[in-house]
Amino acid sequence: MIYLQLLASFIKIGLFSFGGGYAMIPLIQREIESHGWLSASQFVDIIAIAEMTPGPIAVNSATFVGYKAAGFWGGLVATIGVAIPSLVLILVVSRYFFKFQHHPVNKMVFYGIRPVIVGLIFAAAIFVAQTTFFNEGITLNLNHIFKNPLSIIDFKSIFIFALTLIGLIKFKINPILIIVLSGIIGLLITV
Amino acid sequence: MKSKSQLKLLLEIFTVFFKIGSFTFGGGFAMIPLIEKEVVENKKWVAEEEVVDVFAVAQSMPGAIAINSATFIGYKISGKIGAIIATTGVVLPSFLIITLIAIFFSRFQDAVVVKSVFSGIRPAIVGLISTAAIKVAKASIVDKTGIMLAILSIVLVVILDIQAVFIILGGAAVGLTVYCLFPEKTAKILSNGGKKD
Repeated sequence: MIYLQLLASFIKIGLFSFGGGYAMIPLIQREIESHGWLSASQFVDIIAIAEMTPGPIAVNSATFVGYKAAGFWGGLVATIGVAIPSLVLILVVSRYFFKFQHHPVNKMVFYGIRPVIVGLIFAAAIFVAQTTFFNEGITLNLNHIFKNPLSIIDFKSIFIFALTLIGLIKFKINPILIIVLSGIIGLLITV
Repeated sequence: MKSKSQLKLLLEIFTVFFKIGSFTFGGGFAMIPLIEKEVVENKKWVAEEEVVDVFAVAQSMPGAIAINSATFIGYKISGKIGAIIATTGVVLPSFLIITLIAIFFSRFQDAVVVKSVFSGIRPAIVGLISTAAIKVAKASIVDKTGIMLAILSIVLVVILDIQAVFIILGGAAVGLTVYCLFPEKTAKILSNGGKKD
């Protein structure tokens, strides 16, 4: 039963991957390989596709793998599978969270956690910036960097980044509109 | 009457999370600006300082951050059924888009148009996440300890590559330590609800 296998595998992936998105990739890869659902090159494709399409990388890859392995229903089953553990666990946690929300101990725990989350959000921005503002591949070639240090910087990206900041801070443009506009700018610059 | 307004609320939850799912590029954190705009500012379902708590819970649990946050916020707005509706909403756009790509495009990621559009979206994501980080920081860092914790966690994640779960546990430990060892500081923090002013 391929549907049951897909369901079980993606429940496992949803249950044992901490840290979201990219932290799930090795786990997904192991499940795909052990069942022979996709080839190695197809797997690389998934990551690229998951990145370039909206939505959680876990859901994107679940749908894609499920579809390639067993058609539409395969995609549906895998997607449901990857979401089930989150749904169940968060439901349990939320109940207790809102019950003890105003307890002093809970408040103090979150006094410590909140700044840390701020740090994690900044770190996420830094990670995306690293892969966006620098041209890939050249970064490891030190000789090239010394000869022409500016060549590793992707000025086009920094230009769009600056526009985004102005749009968000000064003009308070809606984030969704920002994404649509930046996509259009990306298209116009390249074409 | 009550069931009618309940149905309307559920429909609103679905629409908002469908929208968020449709425009979250680049992983769970890219959701934050959208949640800030749609859930906090427009609908006022979650208070500014609670957004951080949502992400604290979403990050500490296994699974996709986007699904975890949607489930958590959905539960807060309208209980179990709210959680299921929000999760369905946030997952559905991905499911539909990926299914269409799997059916119709064999080399979607190599298409020039897709690449160009994405080359524009990516730097915008950096801008979106960093402005969201500043907004969240204003609502959730209340003192010098907070500033130090934030800087420390950036260093631990970016340079030492420590997993987020451990960093969150560390933050919780700091909070508990203050609670156990510094009653005066604790009283001060609790008296203003852990918020600024």
